[in-house]
Amino acid sequence: MRWTHWVNFPILTIMIWSGMLIYWANDEYSVTLFGHTFVRFFPDWYYNLLHIPQRLAEGMAFHFLFMWFFTLNGFFYILYSIISGEWRYLLPNRRSFKEAWLVLLHDLHIRKTAPPQGKYNAAQRIAYTAIIVMGLGSVITGLAIYKPVQFYYLTWICGGYHLARIWHFVLTIGYVLFFLVHIIQVILAGWNNFRSVISGFEVIEETPQPAIETNNEDEKA
Amino acid sequence: MKKPEKELTIEQKIKRRNFISFTVFGACAVGAYEGWRWLYKSPDEAAGITAGAHRPLRRALNKTEIFFRRLTFSENHLVKTYPKEMAAKVVRHNSDIGSAGKLPPENWKLQVKKSTGEVLQITLDEIMALPKTEIIYDFKCVEGWDQISHWGGVKFADFIKHFGLEKESKMEYVGLETPDKKYYVGIDMPSAMHPQTLLAYEVNEKPLNGNHGQPLRLIIPVKYGIKNLKRIGTMTFSNTRPRDYWAEQGYDYYSGL
Repeated sequence: MRWTHWVNFPILTIMIWSGMLIYWANDEYSVTLFGHTFVRFFPDWYYNLLHIPQRLAEGMAFHFLFMWFFTLNGFFYILYSIISGEWRYLLPNRRSFKEAWLVLLHDLHIRKTAPPQGKYNAAQRIAYTAIIVMGLGSVITGLAIYKPVQFYYLTWICGGYHLARIWHFVLTIGYVLFFLVHIIQVILAGWNNFRSVISGFEVIEETPQPAIETNNEDEKA
Repeated sequence: MKKPEKELTIEQKIKRRNFISFTVFGACAVGAYEGWRWLYKSPDEAAGITAGAHRPLRRALNKTEIFFRRLTFSENHLVKTYPKEMAAKVVRHNSDIGSAGKLPPENWKLQVKKSTGEVLQITLDEIMALPKTEIIYDFKCVEGWDQISHWGGVKFADFIKHFGLEKESKMEYVGLETPDKKYYVGIDMPSAMHPQTLLAYEVNEKPLNGNHGQPLRLIIPVKYGIKNLKRIGTMTFSNTRPRDYWAEQGYDYYSGL
């Protein structure tokens, strides 16, 4: 579980970077509402900063190698979750959506108490399951634009070739947003939590007073 | 005398496990970084039929080609077609390397090199006398854009049959070059013989003009635009990869969709 998480980090970074090398060759996406363009993906200074222009062929070569690792890693993660039974901690349940709202209020310091939780809280369950679904979505939309004739049914599911490329792009933006929130949460959760994601266990200081532990993210219980 | 081994305290166990974990983690991180440096700095392949890609990446592209060709390619998988009204009125024009300017059909003949060494000289009238096939499909460029366009011509497979090139079509590749040899592509035979591959002489029901490869061009929907050679001058057959303009510049040789 931890392994796939850490393996995914460099792979996804490389996929996003090589994806940008590819995207540059036809960078037509922007967020425009009522005739006003809010964000254009991407401005020239951004491309130049990251040395992106004129590297389409190189980007494709990297992208089509690391897509294998990305897919296999995701496959192992899902396989492990099923075999180990850890999916039980991860999948949202009936209460999750209501509880996630309470967790959000708690995290934003609007509400004092958080609902009781197991390994992951309700918001984590939703977020971490969503990111896996997104990963699957990237593979499917990716295949839909990579081999739109051979995988015509995937392209059809994605709403056609043109739309599939947009979905593929939107999912990537989603990863970046996820990453930002994720990093903030990790910093807030503190060192002990971070250490547990590397070593697999967390140290809970047992104190004589009865303490309510709300932040228990022990990986290997 | 050996000191009797003491049972480690919980505190020590925690320390030990954390130490091991972090050491392994650090080693893996360094290993991953070094591996990436190696790949990123790996030299380009030796220039040949393909060129311009990092050597390990080219190997990966070729292996990936084999995987997808064997596992997914079928001539029964057809590109989606559209009604005529959806075809673009102004067909996008990206590049005319090897096909700039005008070339009236009367000044042109298609040269087909047979395996016997004989060279067929075929006029546009002979090609247009064959049954016409039209296709309206989403043309896809390697850059990432796509456009629905309408083409008319003769099916490549019909052309092969009519001119008695069955023996040649058992070979693995067909090579196409512009008359001035400035642009050239190599196509694997299964893709060339795909039922939607055309030798096109019409766009939007009008003869091809200078921009789109007058007088005859390749329309091959199972490939990116880079393989859709404009203004075919010569056609050759071989069991090895013919030279290919973009494969020499780091792109995947197969470039199949």
